[in-house]
Amino acid sequence: MLSDTKILPGEFEYFQPQTLTDALALLAQWGSRAKVLAGGTDLIVKMKRLLVEPECLVSVQDLPELHGIRQEQLDGQPADEVAGGASLRRGGFETRPPDSAWQHALVIGAATPLSLVEKDPLVRLHYSALYEALRSMAAIAARNMGSIGGNLANASPAADTAPPLIVLDAVLRLASARGGRTAPVETFFRGPGFSLLDVDELIVEILLPPPRPQEGSAFLKLGRVSCDISKINAAAWFQREGGLCLDCRIAFGSVAPMPLRTPALENLLVGAEIGERLLHQVSSQAGAAIFPIDDVRSSSQYRRQVAPVLLEEALRTAWIRTGGVL
Amino acid sequence: MKKRTITLIVNGETFELTVVPNELLLNVLRDRLHLTGTKYGCGVGECGSCTVLLNGKATLACMTLVVSVDGKEITTVEGLGRYDALHPLQQAFLDHSAVQCGFCTPGVLVTAKALLDENPHPSEEEIRQYLRGNLCRCTGYTSIVRAIEAVSKEAGF
Repeated sequence: MLSDTKILPGEFEYFQPQTLTDALALLAQWGSRAKVLAGGTDLIVKMKRLLVEPECLVSVQDLPELHGIRQEQLDGQPADEVAGGASLRRGGFETRPPDSAWQHALVIGAATPLSLVEKDPLVRLHYSALYEALRSMAAIAARNMGSIGGNLANASPAADTAPPLIVLDAVLRLASARGGRTAPVETFFRGPGFSLLDVDELIVEILLPPPRPQEGSAFLKLGRVSCDISKINAAAWFQREGGLCLDCRIAFGSVAPMPLRTPALENLLVGAEIGERLLHQVSSQAGAAIFPIDDVRSSSQYRRQVAPVLLEEALRTAWIRTGGVL
Repeated sequence: MKKRTITLIVNGETFELTVVPNELLLNVLRDRLHLTGTKYGCGVGECGSCTVLLNGKATLACMTLVVSVDGKEITTVEGLGRYDALHPLQQAFLDHSAVQCGFCTPGVLVTAKALLDENPHPSEEEIRQYLRGNLCRCTGYTSIVRAIEAVSKEAGF
């Protein structure tokens, strides 16, 4: 539906709490009548178009817990207790190198603008797929406003940060007045616009597991022009030992009701000797592993046809970044 | 809706305004402060015509609640230079005919200022990437890129 996008027609109360406790109390009080305002690049557009009509906005711009990027030492503690993270359950830390720089998880405040995450040297160095996704998104002004947590909380199937965070095994720390919990990004999405966030809950932080030796990741997307939302996107992550794939994760965006991990494709690669032919073979099955629809941005048929091309390029790039050869 | 009084520092001048939560920065700039350089284009963050600097960062005024920028510094195209002392970017846009219909120009100038503040000597590719959210349907961008390159090569930048 079109409406006059010059104004915000709806009336609402506005709160800009200064502490996380106050913010969570407001969300508990207003429940489903409230919306969390981060950068507003999705929410304000939806409000202009009357797709959502909140009675109250709770701004997270002044909450220190939701801003900034820091390293968090795992400190020899059982990793599950530190992060509750999916990767930590994989036992990946047993092989971590002694260098202490490799023992830090990267923690990103959920309201940190996309442009600041993109500029972080550790993101660029160790989390290539996320860096490439951020670079591909919108343009500078929208990236200065929009936040990484907002991109997730909006729960668009096309959210560009979702496939990279899934393959990088990122974990979300959520909070409500009832307490905190963690959830791997992989399990966060429930459908278009729906996530496992309760109405009184916020994403506080996004935790990226410490970098590991001989790992590499990549992100690719197709849009119509450079600022566009994805017609389709893909992210891949490898951990290598010699010529073997030790572990692998693959995820797509804009091809299903939610960002989609494809274990069927991963299983063809884990434990295998990686070469051009295998990557081509596995990629050629991508069209059958996704569930795209026809919509305003592309057709189901086109998405199925380009998925193999996109995936093959992402897999090749990620593998080369592990130090592997093809 | 609860009214509240906020302070805006626009182009170095301080304004106290009573506003309601659903007022947008763009409309306050244009309709209440009469700074009509900043344009309403698409209203949904796709065209870049409403770009202003918020504490030095390029920001879309059409999607910014004015209550959320209480106490912050805003620079609009009117704050770049004066009629008798144009900003080097404004002069370069004239010199290189980087203006045709002119509707996108305020947003482009403000974004270009943010670019040069961040990266005084950008490559052509960096200029094009930085401006990719500012749609211009007249110039084809070539003259805009030339104008920005010319400024970045001037002394003092």
